[in-house]
Amino acid sequence: MLLEFSIWLSETEWSIALHESLYLYPWIESAHVLSICFFIGTLIFVDLRLMGLAFNKLSISEMNSKTLPWTIFGFGLMVLTGLLLFYAIPVRTYQNIFFRFKLFLILLGGINIFLFHRQMSKEGGKWDEENIPRSVHIKASVSLVLWAGVIISGRMIAYNWFDCDRQPQPDWVNWAASCMIELSQMEDF
Amino acid sequence: MDSGQLFFLFDRMEQSFIGELIRNSIWMFPVIESVHLIGLAILGGSILMGDLRLLGFVLNSRPINYVINETLVWLKLGLVILVSTGIPLFLSEAIKCYYSRAFWIKMSALTLGLIFLFFIRNPLCLKTEKDSFRFRLVGIVSISIWATVAGSGRWIGFS
Repeated sequence: MLLEFSIWLSETEWSIALHESLYLYPWIESAHVLSICFFIGTLIFVDLRLMGLAFNKLSISEMNSKTLPWTIFGFGLMVLTGLLLFYAIPVRTYQNIFFRFKLFLILLGGINIFLFHRQMSKEGGKWDEENIPRSVHIKASVSLVLWAGVIISGRMIAYNWFDCDRQPQPDWVNWAASCMIELSQMEDF
Repeated sequence: MDSGQLFFLFDRMEQSFIGELIRNSIWMFPVIESVHLIGLAILGGSILMGDLRLLGFVLNSRPINYVINETLVWLKLGLVILVSTGIPLFLSEAIKCYYSRAFWIKMSALTLGLIFLFFIRNPLCLKTEKDSFRFRLVGIVSISIWATVAGSGRWIGFS
């Protein structure tokens, strides 16, 4: 179903125009990379604050609430440019295992943020005077690792090592990328 | 140094052991490039936090020198990661860089950015606690230079 949607998307006029554009695609790609600084760059400092490694004079609630608008701004920019990048190359991206792994990591990152915010709203008031609980340190470290993973797997989407049109691939790759292997490709004459 | 000598130098760098090593590997360039991007997140984040504070857009309840000072060690860490991954990336495709306009724009902007950062922005901002108009100017100049560095860096790959 999603594959059909991607194929349909790839045949729309604007998708083809974006894919074939000489300058627009690179500009969107550059904006996508630059928004890393807004999104992950500001998020890093909240994580560092939670770990007691930066801005320790500020309370966690102040650090979080003051930088969150910029993190959200960066995230919005990333999603907007990211959707356009997907729109330009839908089918290949949909079947790219790095893209799929990246989405999975983003999901985990989102869950981590949700768990942190839930914990902060429950007991965050006490953190400012007392020591920060170990579980918060862990969430901050997990956050740094996950978003670094998002950057790495995002960069790897550019490589076609595991693309469906490059066969033979190991079974797990074809499974993870939901490649539609035609009989003609499987029979090696 | 004339352009022939410069080309010769770039050619020698491309033929270097590290350049050779990266070119002959499928995965080394992508991996080093990814770490380069993580460096970008750290350096970019550090510069942004400071510059947004200079512009009056973040952590306004705290003095400028505090915010700049807190980001300084992370800024340097980001810089170290970027330079130590950037040099091998360059060595693996020095000739391509020689002919790339984006590469020369990036190197010029980088030089300008480092001079501005360590000789103007930081000395000025680490002394002062009070906001004034000129700090906004410093913030705008800083953001513009570093956006050029990062943006033109991405364009090296498109050529």
